[in-house]
Amino acid sequence: MTSFADQVAQFMGPFVGRVPHNKRLGLRFIASGDKWVELQLPYAPHLLVDPDHGIWASGPIITLMDTCVGMASMLARGAFEPHATLDLRTDYVRSPKPEATVTARGECYRMTRQIAFVRGLAHDGDPADPIAHVAGTFMFAASKLAGGWQ
Amino acid sequence: MTNPALATLLQQPAGRLDMLPYAALLDLSFERVGGELQLVMPFDETLIGSPGRLHGGAISGLLELAGLLTVIAAQPAGEALPRVRPVTVTVDFMREGAGQEMRASASITKLGRRVVNVHAQAWQGSRDKPTAAAHINFVLDWPVVDPGVSPTP
Repeated sequence: MTSFADQVAQFMGPFVGRVPHNKRLGLRFIASGDKWVELQLPYAPHLLVDPDHGIWASGPIITLMDTCVGMASMLARGAFEPHATLDLRTDYVRSPKPEATVTARGECYRMTRQIAFVRGLAHDGDPADPIAHVAGTFMFAASKLAGGWQ
Repeated sequence: MTNPALATLLQQPAGRLDMLPYAALLDLSFERVGGELQLVMPFDETLIGSPGRLHGGAISGLLELAGLLTVIAAQPAGEALPRVRPVTVTVDFMREGAGQEMRASASITKLGRRVVNVHAQAWQGSRDKPTAAAHINFVLDWPVVDPGVSPTP
């Protein structure tokens, strides 16, 4: 029998690409485990805020991290339940290198009845030299949320 | 960001923000409403995250740009502009982002020379019902002044 994590891994590749805003940015699925997810955002000129100096906007990094830790919380939940970001804090340790591919790894380190506690980091090649750290919470409240992940 | 053309643009009553590629991706423009700088993000299918809702990342990007541009607009005229970069960003999501226009503005809690503390908020329709808000700390990197050159009077 296939585990939920395996189902998710099979489902997530195309799923990430189908989410319209992720598709617009160029975000892609790399790998996942039982409570963690790895995604990538390759460099593209439309991700910059300062083209003269090759400086990335921070919004795309937040989108990458939000998607990444959101998926990690779904994995830890063990079901495709609707959930919403409650809060997300991002610390920008340094700027990505100008034309780097940014890799994000997010995990859910604690799941309660309603809340998923998540953390993650983004790097541009070496996880020991990160670009950003995030910490956040997601709320699972199926009855209160419209839409869903189907 | 150290773009003087952007600082000049922000003095206008309204305009588009296409000189910032990521703002162009979000199709952002700005308006001065009673002196306040408001960013406008029209609804587009490419902003969708989960079905029928705006992606939280796009909302966060809008909030950060509202903060960034408010900080740039608050710099003294005539001085060399600092590079403004967010160091910490905390976003609270209060409501889901519906498939309609979203606006954002920011207020400066403390305008320092090295650090600027900002509160940004985003709403749809009624400002009394914010969709999301962010607390952002920006650090300013000032260009190094060549001591051999006397400042312009």
